[in-house]
Amino acid sequence: MAIFITANSKILVQGMTGSEGTKHTRRMVASGTNVVAGVTPGKGGQEVDGIPIFNSVGEAMAATGADVSVVFVPPKFAKAAVIEAIDAQIPLCVIITEGIAVHDTAVFFQYAQNSGKTRLVGPNCPGLISPGLSNAGIIPGDITQKGRIGLVSKSGTLTYQMMFELRDLGFSSCVGIGGDPIIGTTHIDCLAAFEADPDTDVIVMIGEIGGDAEERAAAFIKDHVTKPVIGYVAGFTAPEGKTMGHAGAIVSGSSGTAAAKKDALEAAGVRVGKTPSEAARLVREVLASR
Amino acid sequence: MDLYEYQAKELFADHGVAVIPGKVCFTPEQAQDAATEIGTMVVVKAQVKTGGRGKAGGVKLANNPSEARDRAQDILGLDIKGHIVHKVLVAEAAEITAEYYVSFLLDRTNRTFLAMASVEGGVEIEEVAVNNPEALAMIRVDAIQGCTVAKATEIVDAAKFPAQVREQVIEMLCNLWKVLVEEDATLVEVNPLAKIADGRVLALDGKVSLDDNAQYRHESHLALIDNSQTDAIELRAKEFDLNYVKLQGEVGIIGNGAGLVMSTLDVVAYAGEEFGGVKPANFLDIGGGASAQVMANGLDIVLGDPDVKAVFVNVFGGITACDAVANGIVQAVAMLAERGEPITKPIVCRIDGNNAIEGRRILDESGIALIERVETMDDAARRVAQLAAGK
Repeated sequence: MAIFITANSKILVQGMTGSEGTKHTRRMVASGTNVVAGVTPGKGGQEVDGIPIFNSVGEAMAATGADVSVVFVPPKFAKAAVIEAIDAQIPLCVIITEGIAVHDTAVFFQYAQNSGKTRLVGPNCPGLISPGLSNAGIIPGDITQKGRIGLVSKSGTLTYQMMFELRDLGFSSCVGIGGDPIIGTTHIDCLAAFEADPDTDVIVMIGEIGGDAEERAAAFIKDHVTKPVIGYVAGFTAPEGKTMGHAGAIVSGSSGTAAAKKDALEAAGVRVGKTPSEAARLVREVLASR
Repeated sequence: MDLYEYQAKELFADHGVAVIPGKVCFTPEQAQDAATEIGTMVVVKAQVKTGGRGKAGGVKLANNPSEARDRAQDILGLDIKGHIVHKVLVAEAAEITAEYYVSFLLDRTNRTFLAMASVEGGVEIEEVAVNNPEALAMIRVDAIQGCTVAKATEIVDAAKFPAQVREQVIEMLCNLWKVLVEEDATLVEVNPLAKIADGRVLALDGKVSLDDNAQYRHESHLALIDNSQTDAIELRAKEFDLNYVKLQGEVGIIGNGAGLVMSTLDVVAYAGEEFGGVKPANFLDIGGGASAQVMANGLDIVLGDPDVKAVFVNVFGGITACDAVANGIVQAVAMLAERGEPITKPIVCRIDGNNAIEGRRILDESGIALIERVETMDDAARRVAQLAAGK
């Protein structure tokens, strides 16, 4: 089954004709993804590697039945692209673009909420993969395999690291939710989806400093998640008031610290690894004891 | 980017928010001249990007120009929570009859904007939130609809502003919302929002944080950047367009991806406990598809930090294959040598992921004596901490 994307997902790429869009479309196709269309205004009728390009998301959906959009559009134009996808009522829109102004994200997030038809993932995220089934974004498809671990993470490279460390066991789905202050899909959304997914046995949740998403996820786990959850939080040594790479990764005063997140998760019964390797080891322990 | 008070007030004034204009002064003499020009009792305020200025002695009243000079003399050079005062704002001292609080900020938790307002201003709002939460109105503002007059009225009434200032505060909120949206700010805060003797309501202080991601559409914001307090290495890194943060430690860190680099800092700090508290010296994320040139720039920055005793390069090859990463490291070392700056500090490398075996072979056969390759992140962190401790 997996979550959010499956073997049946039909993917369109907004910004496919750009260099990043073309490069990652090829990678998605190489990892077995059904990429059915590209969208670039003004380039309708062209093709990239035999994949037809359309002028709008609406046209592409009508012609191909696409139900997932992956957005590689540059920050300046991303808001318009996402709103176009929401207007076309695409069920899932994955925004890879890094560097979108947060006012733009706030507007298109609200727009998606109002429409109620589109789930947004990201922005500033690596996308999501259901290994062996479908890959929507830039997560390397060949560093792991299909299995029964579900993974949700704010960070791209820590996602890859964990996928690779546990590649012998494999993953049902891995979702990179992104490191921006406002993101469309949260840890909680993914925890709920993994809890309901019959193909997921254990959930790995990777967080980092900034905001209170992990604390809220901990409260959700306590009340709603029966499957074992293993946690990892990055940024214990981050100083107050400095942005650590991701726009949302900042400790403000005493809020958003890694220690507070770890404590909240542990209080909810989540075992939290001190390092990524220790978290991976805990996953092995949990799966071995089942 | 956080702004100074005087910069925040300039943006306020641009959008019709009522303020008392002042003059930025860098010397006591300038403060004296400014007070002479203003011609009334003045307030001399330290311009630093931190709170608690009043308590730290950074805000003083002066009855006449010579007092203004003396107060500026006292304040310039003060250390307020690690921020040295290099400039003061001299402004007319208003006779305050009431102090309120208003702000708009990005609400990450609810993924929208939040208005906060209170008739108990002039003190730290966090204290009000804890000690007297009923006195702090918090109202969500829809990002699409914005702060309309109706919304501003809702905020003002929720905070129970007195009738005689109600209309002024409503107008103030609508204008502050314009500052937030039109300047791409993530925070606009007025504390105190003061009622003065003549009945006017004015922003006596201002705090604004701007969204760095929106810089491209605000050329005027470039003029607001003040690097006088920025670490010299951070400035150099910025010139290379590198994502670098200076920390207080001995182990230079280079990695790809913000999450992995944050994690690397933590793992090094844990490992360092065993070696007398060795700590990471910096955060440096060279990004996903980093080229040899970017790696060379990164090594250049990190090795140029006199605090650094050893370097940890921690790369996971996901999109970029490890052989390309390894070639990048080898070329970077060669580039530095050609430039006449051969590396002198040990570099511990851990590379994993796509094509890791080939990548490791390239490093092992590079013949660079100072490069030491370690298989796992945890072991590499331990080794680099040990090297940095000189053990």
